[in-house]
Amino acid sequence: MVENNKIQQTVFHTVLILLTLCCVLPFLLLFISSFTSEDALIRNGYSFFPQEWSIATYQYLWNNISLIGHGYFMTIVVTVIGTVCSLVLTILFAYPLSRPDLPYRNIVSFFVFFTMLFNGGLVPTYLMYVNTFHIKNTMFGLIVPSLLMNAFYVIMMRTYFTSNIHDSLIEAARLDGAGEGKILVQLVLPLSKPMISTLALMVGLGYWNDWMNGMYYITDSRLYTIQNILNNMLTNIQFLASSSEITGGASIADLPSVGIRMAIAVIAVFPVLCVYPFFQKSLIKGIAIGGVKG
Amino acid sequence: MKKHATAIKKDREWQKFRYKRNRILYLMLLPGTIYLIINNYIPMAGLQLAFKKYDYAQGMWKSPWAGFSNFVYLFKTKDAWLMTRNTICYNAAFIALGTLLAVTVAIMLNELKNRLAKNIYQIFILIPYLISMVVVSYIGYAFLATDAGFLNHVTGGSTNWYGTPGAWPFILVVIYLWKSFGYNSIIYYATVIGIDGSLYEAATIDGATRWQRIKHVTLPGLKGTILTLVLLAIGKIFYSDFGLFYRVPMNSGLLYDATMTIDVYVYRGLTQLNDIGRSSAAGFYQSMLCFAVILTANAIVRKIDRENALF
Repeated sequence: MVENNKIQQTVFHTVLILLTLCCVLPFLLLFISSFTSEDALIRNGYSFFPQEWSIATYQYLWNNISLIGHGYFMTIVVTVIGTVCSLVLTILFAYPLSRPDLPYRNIVSFFVFFTMLFNGGLVPTYLMYVNTFHIKNTMFGLIVPSLLMNAFYVIMMRTYFTSNIHDSLIEAARLDGAGEGKILVQLVLPLSKPMISTLALMVGLGYWNDWMNGMYYITDSRLYTIQNILNNMLTNIQFLASSSEITGGASIADLPSVGIRMAIAVIAVFPVLCVYPFFQKSLIKGIAIGGVKG
Repeated sequence: MKKHATAIKKDREWQKFRYKRNRILYLMLLPGTIYLIINNYIPMAGLQLAFKKYDYAQGMWKSPWAGFSNFVYLFKTKDAWLMTRNTICYNAAFIALGTLLAVTVAIMLNELKNRLAKNIYQIFILIPYLISMVVVSYIGYAFLATDAGFLNHVTGGSTNWYGTPGAWPFILVVIYLWKSFGYNSIIYYATVIGIDGSLYEAATIDGATRWQRIKHVTLPGLKGTILTLVLLAIGKIFYSDFGLFYRVPMNSGLLYDATMTIDVYVYRGLTQLNDIGRSSAAGFYQSMLCFAVILTANAIVRKIDRENALF
């Protein structure tokens, strides 16, 4: 039995280590190729053991800081503004829904929940935002569509409020003469810190990684986030690749070199991976809470 | 009598107080309500565009009606069948394989004795979840590029992966699993931890082996979560991750047969082909099918097991 146990443990560890490697190695390849010299990349392709290391790509990026510096700045601005607005909206919406004595609460809940079941899809959303609200090529285009508030987070937050903030606590505060706003800010929010930080993390990650709003609504390169820069470089490669088949002329070599593209991808991922170890606990907890039923 | 009067007065004050309090609560609901109306409900109303002939000058609301012509036009092409088939088949594969992998990993995590190792595995398997599909495309490109790609480099081949549709069902499933299994494993693992420990003890006392415990305690404990997550996934069976099907294959025309899902079709129609009629018809088709599927799936689950239904 004991022997058998040991074998099983070893098997489980082996499988999980292999899966872990699967998760990590592709990043390593990305990372290493950004540190490979351009010659080695062209000669030998992407490799875990490049023949020649080089930091030329990062030097190039540093010398052309305006190329990605601005995109980086936009990403940070959008992430910060978006996350703050999203948290405010979500909390303000979730809190009243968590109060059992609010009349018409169920109707409002349904109003939110229904958006999870049915939606208008891309075409009407796009046409409305562009033609009615004119958000094309504005900051709003990056922040507002689809990311600002979603039913899933509202329900998650509401569930947290209902199950963690005891009613008697709020009643007591009311008897002490505190208004609803005061109760929310001074009583409920401090008690909900863990959930709020988890939510902030998830929303922030969503904004940091978003490239679709930029693709739909932004054509002005001054508003590109780092993800949009990456996305556009891919579109250009694909355009050149398809047109060079026809013309046989224009080559991919005219674009930022392969190494530089990889370096930009690394730079886009880097902050997330750096911050991740510090937040993994609350992120994992958030997934565990939010995953099931919200 | 006096007592009664004060009671009424008190009651009235209470009513007034309640009204004032609720007014503040409703005020809190206002910004979110406005956002949901704009972001979700107006586009729902905008679905009517599928029955209109879109006119740029007149916009979404004032364009003239066109009956079912957009749909006729859409379903005449082979695209309609292709994108429906792709969307459903990929999602079916994702649901089946994704659930299998995630549940297996969750159970393995639970069976491990070493706490530190458990935590480390959890941290690492979540990493792919943290990055955007654009970055995934770059990693994919590093593996699949024809001249410099890792795959061709290692195998010594010179396959043009971005021109080989046959390989993409496999590639896309692998990438999907790679990106999502950590996230789902953690959800299942959280449920496994929540299973009452005394059940395991009882099973062990009864002489159950590890596999018997997994089969008779862990899996039944996971049933509810599996049902809920599968139900949610089935509800989205007509949706696809746009980035996975458009960005990762580099929007390569040679791959359309293998990569075109409804979302890709709608996007391409809207922005590249300027075919708003067919695009909005496809969007309408998607929204309606999805709504019908989620209601049906939920009704079935409700019948089997009320507790795990969504609503």
